[in-house]
Amino acid sequence: MAIAHQFAYQKVATLDEAVEAIARAGPDVRILAGGTDLVPWLRDDAIHPDLVVDIKAIDGLDTLTREGDHLFLGPLVTFSDLLTSDLVRDHLPILFEMADTVASPGIRNRATVIGNICSAVPSCDAGPTLLVLNASIAVLGPAGARTVPIEEWFLGPRKTALSSGEIVTGLSIPIPTPPHGAIYLKLQRYQGEDLSQAGITVLVTGDNDFRVAFGAVGPIPARAHAIEEALKGKDLTDGLIAEAVGLVAGAISPITDMRATKEYRARICEVMLERGLPAAIARRDGTGPAYGTRLI
Amino acid sequence: MKLPITMTVNGETWPLDVEPNDVLLDVIRTRVGAKGAKIGCERGDCGTCTVLFDGRSIRSCLMLAVEADGHEIITVEGIPENGVLSNLQDLFISHNSFQCGFCAPGIVLGAHELLRDNPNPSRHDVQHALAGNLCRCTGYEPIIDAVLAAAEEARS
Ligand code: FES
Ligand code: FES
Repeated sequence: MAIAHQFAYQKVATLDEAVEAIARAGPDVRILAGGTDLVPWLRDDAIHPDLVVDIKAIDGLDTLTREGDHLFLGPLVTFSDLLTSDLVRDHLPILFEMADTVASPGIRNRATVIGNICSAVPSCDAGPTLLVLNASIAVLGPAGARTVPIEEWFLGPRKTALSSGEIVTGLSIPIPTPPHGAIYLKLQRYQGEDLSQAGITVLVTGDNDFRVAFGAVGPIPARAHAIEEALKGKDLTDGLIAEAVGLVAGAISPITDMRATKEYRARICEVMLERGLPAAIARRDGTGPAYGTRLI
Repeated sequence: MKLPITMTVNGETWPLDVEPNDVLLDVIRTRVGAKGAKIGCERGDCGTCTVLFDGRSIRSCLMLAVEADGHEIITVEGIPENGVLSNLQDLFISHNSFQCGFCAPGIVLGAHELLRDNPNPSRHDVQHALAGNLCRCTGYEPIIDAVLAAAEEARS
């Protein structure tokens, strides 16, 4: 089935040129990076841009670098790049684990991490992990550059804090002080292409500071602050795990769709937290399963 | 608005005029004539439209043709060398890996990429690499066996 909607296509060579092109085009403009969401949305007639701006010819947007105690990802960094990066393996292996669950090689070779959070579907895999890492998003627009903390980024399904005329220029991810351990658990009906039915990332630092975020069980991926408060600074006991699990229902708002019922999603989130907490601690302490091992 | 592009498909240069909304899969099939790339789900789910794009597997149903300007594409037709099937392809045949064969082009290319990047894959590695290539006929086992056999033969 061809794409029925007609649009103009512009390939830009610099970020400034991109901002200019967006400003000239008006509200209905879309950025094209990997295109793995954009193309099916065009085919489905779900979006009707006048202009599609391809940013892949801009030099330097595919860089994945370490800047002090941060990792910096450019807008063209793909999920496959996360899987092969030594910086990721050495400093933030949770990004490897997350990327390894995304779709299939043919998608991961093309789909970008920043595109994933710009599409902002509730099940986006990068969401929960970037939330527990306190990532921030660099944005450029007609009024200049600004930074958006990831917790203020997601506003609703497919809605973000990106204002009209703006473009994302990078993602900055603080590397938690070692030692830290983390885990991303994603339930899907089958491996290979399926979106998340429910997902959770748990991160724990050396002083038992816990960070927990859920995906696919609410309109946006979100941190579970009440659970984090209940766990903060404490040693993980069976009783404490049970207390945290008791708070899951209040932290999520799942719906029923073709992938799972809301009751199933709610229950599986409890199971994932119950398994995820000790696994994150074991990884922090060097005794956990290797990153990338599926625990569910 | 026709856009002039030039892409290489299986070693041949193709200057083409495309519309911004032309999908790469359709252009590869109807303009270039490489019908090995199949039309399946057209939403990234099945893998049968897989081609190698600058050497890496991608889903050509998820790309605009204009994005291929200046790039190199290999379809399953480009895998045999001088008309001789690759060892992997021979092993797919001797293992009776496929029935209807609709998934085969995507699986040949996906397995080709896997063996190039990881000459020593475990059974799980093969399953993981091909997890997004759906086959409605075979149950996958003879496909995985053939890929593992190809890896073993390449090592010995
Ligand atoms: S046709 Fe492209 S993935 Fe199915
Ligand atoms: S052999 Fe028929 S789909 Fe795979």
